[in-house]
Amino acid sequence: MITAVAERPCMVCGDGSPMEPAWARIVAFHQESSNTASYSLQFVDPEKRKQYQFLPGQFNMVYLFGVGEAAISISSDPTCCDTLVHTIRHVGSVTFAMNKLKEGQCVGLRGPFGSHWPLESCRGRDILLVAGGIGIAPLRPAIYQLLKNRDQYGRVILLYGVRSPQDMIFKEEVEEWQERRDFQVLITVDYPSEEWTGPVGVVTKLLRRVRLDSQRTSVFVCGPRVMNRAAAHSFLSHYVPEDQIYVSLERNMRCGIGQCGHCQYGPKFVCKDGPIFSYASVRNLFGKDEV
Amino acid sequence: MVKDTKPKLAVYKFSSCDGCQLSILDLEDELLALTGAVEIAFFLEARRKVQPGPYDIGLVEGSISTPEEAERIVQVRKECKYLVTIGACATSGGIQALKNWADVEEYKRIVYASPKYIQTLDTASPVAAYVLVDFELRGCPVNKYQLVEVITAFVAGRRPQIPTYPVCLECKREGNVCVMVTDGAPCLGPITQAGCGAICPSFGRSCYACFGPSESSAAEMLCNHCEKTGTDKPTIVRMLRSFNGYLEPFKQVGDEYERQTVKNH
Amino acid sequence: MKNRVLYTIDKRELDKLIGILVRDGFKVVGPTIRDGAITYEEIESTRQLPVGWTDEQEAGKYRLKRRDDDNLFGYVVGPHSLKKFLFPPKQRLFGIKKSGEDGFVFEARQPEPPRYAFLGVRACDLAAVDVQDRVFKQAMSDPYYAKARNEAIFIAVNCPEPGGTCFCASMGTGPRCSTGFDIALTELKTTFTAEVGSTRGQELIEALEHETTDANTSHLVDLMMDIASEHMGRSLDTNDLPSILLENLQHHHWSDVAKRCMSCANCTFACPTCFCSNIEDQTDLTGEHAERWRTWGSCFTLEFSYHTGGYSRSSPAARYRQWLTHKLASWHEQFGVSGCVGCGRCITWCPVGIDITKEATVIADDYRQSRSRQESASLEEVGS
Repeated sequence: MITAVAERPCMVCGDGSPMEPAWARIVAFHQESSNTASYSLQFVDPEKRKQYQFLPGQFNMVYLFGVGEAAISISSDPTCCDTLVHTIRHVGSVTFAMNKLKEGQCVGLRGPFGSHWPLESCRGRDILLVAGGIGIAPLRPAIYQLLKNRDQYGRVILLYGVRSPQDMIFKEEVEEWQERRDFQVLITVDYPSEEWTGPVGVVTKLLRRVRLDSQRTSVFVCGPRVMNRAAAHSFLSHYVPEDQIYVSLERNMRCGIGQCGHCQYGPKFVCKDGPIFSYASVRNLFGKDEV
Repeated sequence: MVKDTKPKLAVYKFSSCDGCQLSILDLEDELLALTGAVEIAFFLEARRKVQPGPYDIGLVEGSISTPEEAERIVQVRKECKYLVTIGACATSGGIQALKNWADVEEYKRIVYASPKYIQTLDTASPVAAYVLVDFELRGCPVNKYQLVEVITAFVAGRRPQIPTYPVCLECKREGNVCVMVTDGAPCLGPITQAGCGAICPSFGRSCYACFGPSESSAAEMLCNHCEKTGTDKPTIVRMLRSFNGYLEPFKQVGDEYERQTVKNH
Repeated sequence: MKNRVLYTIDKRELDKLIGILVRDGFKVVGPTIRDGAITYEEIESTRQLPVGWTDEQEAGKYRLKRRDDDNLFGYVVGPHSLKKFLFPPKQRLFGIKKSGEDGFVFEARQPEPPRYAFLGVRACDLAAVDVQDRVFKQAMSDPYYAKARNEAIFIAVNCPEPGGTCFCASMGTGPRCSTGFDIALTELKTTFTAEVGSTRGQELIEALEHETTDANTSHLVDLMMDIASEHMGRSLDTNDLPSILLENLQHHHWSDVAKRCMSCANCTFACPTCFCSNIEDQTDLTGEHAERWRTWGSCFTLEFSYHTGGYSRSSPAARYRQWLTHKLASWHEQFGVSGCVGCGRCITWCPVGIDITKEATVIADDYRQSRSRQESASLEEVGS
């Protein structure tokens, strides 16, 4: 089984309306870098815990009592939905407040929402994952799936760009991945430390180090806007088909169910049509300003 | 909660009418909760007892209009961790800022028997013209619920949820009928920041812009439209120069209309 | 045209109808005069209707005028639509309280809607409800909207005299009600003809004194509606409009409109289909209670397009473009219908009178003309 569920899983929320969160407890906490941490969460209600399933690339709305709600991707293994992990960089008011929470405390969750990485339809192809900074979080569930079903894919490659070696998250895991012979992992940094011996520069520069069979490769991209743009365009120039370049986009998602209108991107609702789009489906909008 | 750990609140008065400070006393239902959440350490309008600084949150009412105030605001900034201006005077210079367009020496001669005793600056300015301000709360006077929100947000450690969009949004959520469309009345709602709950339009009266310019305030578009539909230039200048006339873009558009008025005469 | 069965009822029967609805526990909402306009409010009798009044509407202008008859429905739509009832402008979605060390309990939930009976609503209003159904009554429905809407009764009225900013005929939604009503009335001198659209509507008609409308009167109603279609205050050529607009996102006219548009959001709140909202999470000073509120939001505000790292639509031109292209173009891809029902509210209630039909037409005509120039040029090439 590639993914835990074939169809998009049902949303879990409070019992009153789709806008009510369900409570989940922080069962473990792991500091990933100076400003990023992973929170393992379990729904308090055992029924909801059983019911909850998600697909790689999907996100939850995470609610902090009295502070608000933010859309956060799920970074854990989709085959173990009992406990799910959010890896959060403390930048906004919600994520910043998250920093103050301790194990045992509760947050609200609604989800999962959105589209997912197309692992099913990409079976048999080479998979090239491009992550920038915290962008590796929504790719990690896909990596787990790819490695678990390694024989069903061609080559699997991860290009991972971080600001500095200290900003790397999932460090131990990434090192484990680097050890594997069936998974090519290349890392680049913007600001190298003294010990750093690897590549320096933007993540797209790593492409030169990869043997790309453009017609049989599917690309999954997740990073900051500028990186997404640069990556998509450089794959296009390498003749990767438009419908095989998948990008995870970010907009201000407030409701998650396509009703509040905030995340509209042309005709798309990023919360339900996205956040993962094939380049072909957003070609007319991609990289345009003020849309 | 242990009393000592509560954040200390200070309230200061500069050139103002005290209306915004009264909004704090006017909280009634929330006043108990307020004293539960913060220690009111310095608030001369409310209590004589004063606790020494430094303070966690300082609320400043009034504009900077005298040399003494210009010095005192620097001290205030030093003793407050988080400085919030409350009301039009502290945020835009307020009604007093009308003197910025006039000859202050002449005013002194006309108003005071012995003008030599009057120490005043040539301009009445917003606090932010002198020191760094962490948050500016608009309104003449401030809306008490917005005031509570600012303090609550500070206590909870989050950003205050104070909308910067125009009054029209509040007005239409109330179900009001637009006075511009039914009456042709020149209403400043479309260019004024929300927060008052659209009080005036709810009573069929045009908005006076007590809350100052909204985000991307289209003062020029509104004034062009008002002029086209029969409001004369001097009236437009007066409309813009009231509580918040010294804030942009009200100032610039008002000045431009005044120039045109002078030219025409 | 489908064969419509019409009933004729005396005008005085309308109060009886309202009485039945009130008795059955409905809140009857209908047009009434308030603050110089005809708004939708809760009413209890036909005396509260704007009897003998009409409205004159132009871009940015609305005036009430006396009619020279005592018609009950001799006007078109006002500043309100059914949106404010089905999708309230401000609604608390829940309230929660801290309980114990780290638990929370719900203190308040989204309220239950009343049962509404909408009287005197127009074909464009009904079309707008159908449009909003596609937003709020999908797989993930809004419970309040879904319940209010499912239980509501619609006693609609056809529009024989379209207003100055009406263009429902262009949008294919009116002036005659074709679907979505329980009863659709047409006002004549002393009677109404009533078309029944549901079993509930049939039951209500049965409870009133009624007779089957004769063929002549029925024909008269058809004629009235045909004439009305030809007397719209505005029109809009919707031919290829979605693709034309989406191909012209860089047209200079967007910034021309932005020289007049104040980004005041009045169009979006007057619009019966605009559905955007803000979600606000609040706490009280004690930090013990929190609430979530939903309020009408608008793509004309800067905050609306906020995301970490900036604003997606920082210029007023981009916001106007977003609104107009959403309404007339991308709505089709999202929901399979146009987001515009041609009610004209955004034209009348724009304080500076910006006209969606004019602005869209400037861009569309420009494009159509340049395309036909190109076509004739290439034809000439072929010919020579």
